[in-house]
Amino acid sequence: MKTVIVVGNGMVGYKFCEKFVSKSSSDEYKLIVFGEEPRPAYDRVHLSEYFENQDANALELAPASWYKENNIELITGQRVTDIKKENKEIHTASGKSYTYDYLILATGSVPFVPPISGVEKEGVFVYRTIEDLEEMMAYASQIKAIKPNGKAAILGGGLLGLEAGKAVLDMGLEAHVVEFAPKLMPRQLDTRSSNVLQLKLEDMGIQVHLSKATNKILGDKVIEGMEFGEDDRLDVDMLIISAGIRPRDELGKTCGLEMGTRGGIIVDNRMRTSAKDIFAIGEVALYNQMIYGLVAPGYEMADVAVNQILGNQEVIMPEDMDMSTKLKLMGVDVASFGVPYMPAEKGLSIIFENKTKYLYKRINVSHDGKTLLGGILVGDAADYNILHQMYLNGIALPDNAEELIVGARGEGGSAFGSAMDLPDTAQICSCESVSKGNICSSLLNGKSNSLKEVINCTKATTGCGGCKPMVVELVNETLKSMGKEVKDVICEHFEYTRQELYGIIKVKGITSYDEALDKCGHGDGCEVCKPALASIFATIYNHTANKEDVIQDSNDRFLANIQRNGSYSVVPRIPGGEITPDKLIVLGDVAKQYGLYTKITGGQRIDLFGAELNDLPNIWKKLIDAGFESGHAYGKSLRTVKSCVGSTWCRYGMDESVSFAIALEERYKGIRSPHKLKGGVSGCIRECAEARGKDFGVIAVEGGWNLYVCGNGGATPKHAQLLAEQIDNETVIKYLDRFLMYYIRTAAPLMRTAAWLEKLEGGMEQLKKIVIEDSLNIAEELETDMQGLVEKYECEWKQAVENEEIGRRFKHFVNTDERDDNLVFVPMREQKMPEPWTN
Amino acid sequence: MEALFQQYSPVALDKVTVWFKACQEHDIPENGGACVKYKNKQIALYHFKRKQKWYACQNLCPHKMEMVLSRGMIGDSEGIAKVACPMHKKTFSLETGENLNGDLPSIATFPVKVENGFVYIGFSE
Repeated sequence: MKTVIVVGNGMVGYKFCEKFVSKSSSDEYKLIVFGEEPRPAYDRVHLSEYFENQDANALELAPASWYKENNIELITGQRVTDIKKENKEIHTASGKSYTYDYLILATGSVPFVPPISGVEKEGVFVYRTIEDLEEMMAYASQIKAIKPNGKAAILGGGLLGLEAGKAVLDMGLEAHVVEFAPKLMPRQLDTRSSNVLQLKLEDMGIQVHLSKATNKILGDKVIEGMEFGEDDRLDVDMLIISAGIRPRDELGKTCGLEMGTRGGIIVDNRMRTSAKDIFAIGEVALYNQMIYGLVAPGYEMADVAVNQILGNQEVIMPEDMDMSTKLKLMGVDVASFGVPYMPAEKGLSIIFENKTKYLYKRINVSHDGKTLLGGILVGDAADYNILHQMYLNGIALPDNAEELIVGARGEGGSAFGSAMDLPDTAQICSCESVSKGNICSSLLNGKSNSLKEVINCTKATTGCGGCKPMVVELVNETLKSMGKEVKDVICEHFEYTRQELYGIIKVKGITSYDEALDKCGHGDGCEVCKPALASIFATIYNHTANKEDVIQDSNDRFLANIQRNGSYSVVPRIPGGEITPDKLIVLGDVAKQYGLYTKITGGQRIDLFGAELNDLPNIWKKLIDAGFESGHAYGKSLRTVKSCVGSTWCRYGMDESVSFAIALEERYKGIRSPHKLKGGVSGCIRECAEARGKDFGVIAVEGGWNLYVCGNGGATPKHAQLLAEQIDNETVIKYLDRFLMYYIRTAAPLMRTAAWLEKLEGGMEQLKKIVIEDSLNIAEELETDMQGLVEKYECEWKQAVENEEIGRRFKHFVNTDERDDNLVFVPMREQKMPEPWTN
Repeated sequence: MEALFQQYSPVALDKVTVWFKACQEHDIPENGGACVKYKNKQIALYHFKRKQKWYACQNLCPHKMEMVLSRGMIGDSEGIAKVACPMHKKTFSLETGENLNGDLPSIATFPVKVENGFVYIGFSE
């Protein structure tokens, strides 16, 4: 048995282990790994994400258990101090020694700290490890406590420096990036793209200072500022140095390995150092007189070293390393590939720049216009993968090469075909060296049957993830070519889309969930397909949630919204937000009697919180006796139609928005849909009802109403788009019937109208054709179906309080009338709230 | 909150010392659940009609420590009977109590038997 010792447990060291165990058998080799940091290898590329979630485990490449499972001895928190290469022996800081047959040096690098006077002052940090980050965060919060407008600078405007800039913003400090060169990311960008990126960064609140040579760190013991030249200084409370890396090559130096003049352990194209059983990989290795500070070349080195040790002598490093990169800096795409910029005698450039949208695209082509030499993308790198592949595979450029970056004029569609047109050898995932052939053949030879399985099998997309769109396209297209359909099925129990299932249920006349499972599904169902089927039954047969309560989402089952401590909220319908004083008094009385917290909702109604399950029927009985109905706030159904006060009172009003809002809310109340539905009616273009933030919005204009559809607030706000102009009340209802019914039939579960429209082929133009011109010849059917639902409306709370059987559902315990003694409320501003969560 | 969670530990069939008469069969909705009180414990009881089986587990969801699991939807994941918490749709195996879509602690499960129309839950204390 041979012993392989890996010194360094960073990304490249880990990759070596992963490749080694997958290619060797564990009874021939024993792998021992030393890591200096306290935790197993983590994803340093995405280090700045640690600021957002502070979850070190999320960055972990593999948990400690993985090493154990693969018989790797992982020794963390231990530094290797010396190599005795004559005895094939290493020594650790704790005085132990180990012998090896092969030694892998993957010690990586340290941040380069330039010799600036005052660099040792308190408040100066480097950006490399999770511990560095933790110290920075602790320091930043100290600053913020005494100085809310504290400032931090990053020395170095390279890739890592800009990542650090994001980290500083996340910490809540004013961010400044200071760069010695006259441009940002000097290796990857040309001056114009740097200018575009700078504009964007400044727009986001990061100030950029270029051509600044820092010659002094100011301050007494603690940093107070940076001095660049005479009368040129920047006051800062904190400094993060990100000015490049230096290989951690001390071990190589002390044991007499051949070294580069400016550091780095010299390796050949087999990753071998001057000692034949010692290999160096990653940022410590000097290959072709270069240190490669990117993860992809590091992974390739790890692969070569593994193959060399296992006797696959023919696997060697390529002559030229691909230094292409694509990343998202604070949400901004930045990519460069091949030769990003060069003098004119080497090639010609095609440049597109739009500073108003922070866009810059440049490709460099050979003088004969046939070959792509490289390029830069800032602001939109959607085309990076395919451009990069064209460059790597030497694919001939089309006649109008400019269409590669500005898009084809005339008919839509891009100048290049799909990823399927690439040769099988094209490398799709450069981090994991996965070719197009690897991906497609894993499907074709039956090893994988889905995207997930392809990823498991090939490891594609598991590095930086930049290749994901191409992998998805390849998988979908390959499956299609094999005659397998790729679609959004509901779940493992129903292999249909919601739209297909809707058709099947209707045609077969299926009326219960079990019948649906037996006739067109399998298994016993789940929390995804049950509510989806319930929604379909509601649309086809107008079943209320009381019909089959166990397939309803919990809120529908108990006809109320479950709140943080398991109590419920009660929201009666208040159509259009119009309510009489008498009804207001009833709400007040009920809330008082049951001790409920009351709040006005965003949809112009009143929410009563903190009701116990056992009290719901009695509360609703009182409300129903006073003339209220269910507000369906718990359902995927119409919530409210919000209105402004309109022409009855408002001196600007063009029409009666309240009356119309009430009419619409009364019409569509109770109707179940794939997701919640909200509406709004404004009496004039001042738009006080915010109708364009709703799934449907109606705004009074000269000569009628303008009808807008497919808007929403929420996490991704969308303005509703104009469907029809200057139409009368009847036409609004006609179009809304058609629109809503078409949406209800064809959307996926939990898809709001805006997302649905985005997926609808042909978009808004197509929707107009269907709704207004009746291009599918289904308008009459849609209207009839909608009218049927309107006529069959029943208040499900009325059903519940009148039916004793249904009433039994609302008991916390089935075997006693006792209440849930676990419910705890605490006082808040003269009302109450649930006791806060502690976990 | 932790103390609340500690109250519940799983009971294996051969460790049952008390068969608690919880309710009648028809008190629990078919393919749904309800909550049973036993001493100071809250137990979720499900009648999984499609599998012709009964399941019982703690009512407490370990995610946010709320007494709500009995109100969740049941179903299966690749054949394993499961319940989805109504709060955030965390799913747990009704066979083993294991969290199926995350790494929350397992929930305690209890044996159930039905005799003469009555449902009994097995406890060891």
